Amino acid sequence: MIEVRQLCKSFGTQSVLNGVNLQIEKGDRVVIIGRSGGGKSVLLKLIIGLMRPDSGEVLIDGQNIATISERQLLNVRHRFGMLFQAAALFDSMSVADNVAFALRRERKWTPQQIERKVDEALAMVDLEGTQTKKPAALSGGMRKRVGLARAIVYQPEILLCDEPTTGLDPIGADSIDHLIVRISEKLCVTSVAVTHDMRSAGRIGKKIVMLHEGRIHAAGTPDEIFKSTDPIVSRFVNGVSDPKEPVF
Amino acid sequence: MNGLSWVKGQLEGLGQLSLLASEAVVSLFCRPFDVRQAIYQTYFIGAKSQSVVLITGAFTGMVLAAQTYFQFHKVRMDTATMAVVSVSMCSELGPVLTGLMVAGRVGAALAAELGTMRVTEQIDALRTLATHPVDYLVVPRLVATVVSMPILTALSISLGIASGYAIGTQYLDIEPAYLWHNMVKYTFPQDVATGLIKAVIYGGIIAVVSCYKGLTCREGAEGVGRATTEAVVYSAITILISNFFLTLTLNRLLNT
Repeated sequence: MIEVRQLCKSFGTQSVLNGVNLQIEKGDRVVIIGRSGGGKSVLLKLIIGLMRPDSGEVLIDGQNIATISERQLLNVRHRFGMLFQAAALFDSMSVADNVAFALRRERKWTPQQIERKVDEALAMVDLEGTQTKKPAALSGGMRKRVGLARAIVYQPEILLCDEPTTGLDPIGADSIDHLIVRISEKLCVTSVAVTHDMRSAGRIGKKIVMLHEGRIHAAGTPDEIFKSTDPIVSRFVNGVSDPKEPVF
Repeated sequence: MNGLSWVKGQLEGLGQLSLLASEAVVSLFCRPFDVRQAIYQTYFIGAKSQSVVLITGAFTGMVLAAQTYFQFHKVRMDTATMAVVSVSMCSELGPVLTGLMVAGRVGAALAAELGTMRVTEQIDALRTLATHPVDYLVVPRLVATVVSMPILTALSISLGIASGYAIGTQYLDIEPAYLWHNMVKYTFPQDVATGLIKAVIYGGIIAVVSCYKGLTCREGAEGVGRATTEAVVYSAITILISNFFLTLTLNRLLNT
């Protein structure tokens, strides 16, 4: 469904992705892990076309979206839902307006249908009764839930989550992880999440991919990754720094 | 080398600005138009700018009348005062000062709003929701500014002339009948048309420059601050420079 071939991306002289190859099948729940600043979020943004690669291909059901125009990309993006690291809610709108945004832009739903769909999406993320609140009045966890409701309300085929648990307390993080799994299963979506939180990766992923030095360094089931004897994977999973290469 | 890269950067910026302007025009005529957004923006950009534009127009008209009278009185041309005020307000001061005031008030607000949306990933969120930022953000603001500017300019011109006339007759003791007669005699429809055409063009400049600065703003609070400042400065400079060329061009086109 999603295939990334020899993807390269650099910012100025700093090379972030250096020939990434990745294949994600329909219905997969893939978690991309790696160090902060290692290009995980960049990879996610390349998959949905928010950034253009320097070279390489991003194929969505065989269509290379790396070379098509922004207008053509809009049609492809109907198939995606994305949860941003800081939720990226529209702060001038209420919760209901945020969630209803994509439906209103489609111009094929009546106001009653939109209201019903918004209520359903908010119920799915356990946020009934928050329709009239403004994003500023919500906690970090609630914002992420609204972001998730906004991403799934139009039933996309692919759900992308950028650091879904960053900034949340352990209980809030656990709740978001379970929500992502529950929604992915209920709506049968292919989900790709990016995180450096290993507990979160273990809870969300059917498959974990590790990005290291701009390439896919390891891939496998959560069990395989957690039990890996590869020193880079093992150090990352267990949160152990390399004394020979201290990074501050 | 630094000079070369600066020139290259400026040219790139100019190219991107032109692309944004053309994308907005194409979107306006070829894509579904968000009427609600345009009405809201017209209220914010037009209705809420009235007070600042009216104060500017009124005091400019008054000071222009007073200063013209002081000079004309020396050569006993007192009754020609309002002719100068009227023509100046209609074709130059009305549109330019309205443009500068709107650039300050609206240009800064547009750049800050869009810049904040950019740094908080709200514009990326729009794109993931299959919405082109030009369709949703730029076009309604462009339409609102282009519609509001001539109306604001007309208000500014009217109040400028009225207040200049009031100062002339009440404070400077110029004979009202001759003052009115000379003003009407030497003010032509072309002068009013020049001012309103300029206002439409300045509206486009303010909207496109400010939206461009907001959409391309750099990360962080500093980036938003810089984008806001640049939006106002570049809009104002572009208005002043284009005013010269518009005056020459419109004078030739409308007076033939």
